[in-house]
Amino acid sequence: MSDDIVAQVTEVICEQLDVAPGDVALDKTFMDDLGADSLAIVELVLALEEKFDVKIPDDEVDQIKTVGDAVNYIKARLAG
Amino acid sequence: MGRRRIAITGIGLISPLGIGVEENWAALLAGRSGIGPITKFDASEFPTRIAGEVRGFDPSAWIPKRQQRQMDTFIQYAVAASDMAYRMAGLADDPPPPERIGVYVGSGMGGLPGIEACYESYKAKGPRHGISPFFVPAVIINLASGQVSIRLGCKGPNFSMVSACSTGAHSIGEACRVIERGDADVMIAGGAESTITPLGVGGFCSARALSSRNDEPEKASRPFSKTRDGFVMSEGAGVLVLEALDRAEARGAHIVAEIVGYAANSDAHHITMPPKDGEGAQRCMRLALEDAGVTPEAVGYINAHATSTSADAIETRAIKAVFGAHAHGGLLVSSTKSMHGHLLGAAGGFEAAVCALALERGVLPPTINLDDPDPECDLDYIPHTPRKVQVAYALNNSFGFGGTNASLLLRRVD
Repeated sequence: MSDDIVAQVTEVICEQLDVAPGDVALDKTFMDDLGADSLAIVELVLALEEKFDVKIPDDEVDQIKTVGDAVNYIKARLAG
Repeated sequence: MGRRRIAITGIGLISPLGIGVEENWAALLAGRSGIGPITKFDASEFPTRIAGEVRGFDPSAWIPKRQQRQMDTFIQYAVAASDMAYRMAGLADDPPPPERIGVYVGSGMGGLPGIEACYESYKAKGPRHGISPFFVPAVIINLASGQVSIRLGCKGPNFSMVSACSTGAHSIGEACRVIERGDADVMIAGGAESTITPLGVGGFCSARALSSRNDEPEKASRPFSKTRDGFVMSEGAGVLVLEALDRAEARGAHIVAEIVGYAANSDAHHITMPPKDGEGAQRCMRLALEDAGVTPEAVGYINAHATSTSADAIETRAIKAVFGAHAHGGLLVSSTKSMHGHLLGAAGGFEAAVCALALERGVLPPTINLDDPDPECDLDYIPHTPRKVQVAYALNNSFGFGGTNASLLLRRVD
């Protein structure tokens, strides 16, 4: 299940940020490593919301800086 | 001390006739039409189902895939055409100081495709997921200039003029003024447009402005013809690199032509129609000649605004009023819109480039489809085939909704 979530989050990231799956790893930051700006992160978060049918409040978006942060956040929300 | 002279050192063109200077020029000399059936949306319920669509444009040649959806099509055209012009001018290898180069690339209607798509998506998905954070920067007009400046590192004056179908010409004229007053040494200027959408086509249809010669798209744009029935909407971009002449000469740049005169004025008459005598257009042409200190008789070629509507006769009348006996005594006029259709906000940029190339190459592009001239349109419009003539000065007219006018006067470089 959890590997599946990593794969699905990776898929969304690749599509939104136009990066290759090989560039996406849990420790990568969206801004510094994957070239996203603040608007791209907003768009990525919205895509994750749609993919996993969750709502990510704006004040929690700021805490999602790496791929791992996004995966953990989604996992926690789906578990909760 | 005279004012600074302006050289054209780069040109970038995108139109239904092709991508780049040479494809467009070859089509213009071949008298080829770029008009065809609308493919960008289902136009089957519209009275007009033809347009001049750009074919074979691959934005990836200029813009990374991720950034493409951050720009509506008109901005992509602006970026691509500006890059072509910048490279042709040799600025990629020899860039000016960033603070001394600015960008004035405008558009008539901006991101209509993006506005329509986003509204659909908002209706389907609501405000949170239906409206992209990139929506506003993707559709607003000055992002044409903004995106160009970001890509090419242009830190000088940066904004976008909006004057409907005279946008491109005003952008170029005002950019010349920037260089003349010393605010920059190099300007990237022109127009870009991509509004072949249900609202874009539908709006002009409702205003009864478009040709509905749907069965013969290549014959639909027929300026000065007795059987003209409206203009044909097109899309594309026309962008010039303008440069202080002394700077261009000092770095040994190839100078395509000089811009020696510019005027902008208004009819103050009606939202879409010029006055019957074309008084505003007359005055605008005269002002451009005065600006350059050139007599009417010195002008050899006019690239007319002539869009294939009733106003072609008014422009003809205005030309006759300004040029007198010379109008029938050697002055050559053509409307290249007969081939590329009406590029709207990009028209002035594209057609100023056509004037520059005509001066440089000693060939004047024709007016095609002029089989049956309107008796009120009685000038030498270079029908059907190009004319090999070296002229010294060429005038470009652009007129827009709201009664706004612009004329640019270009000079051949000896």
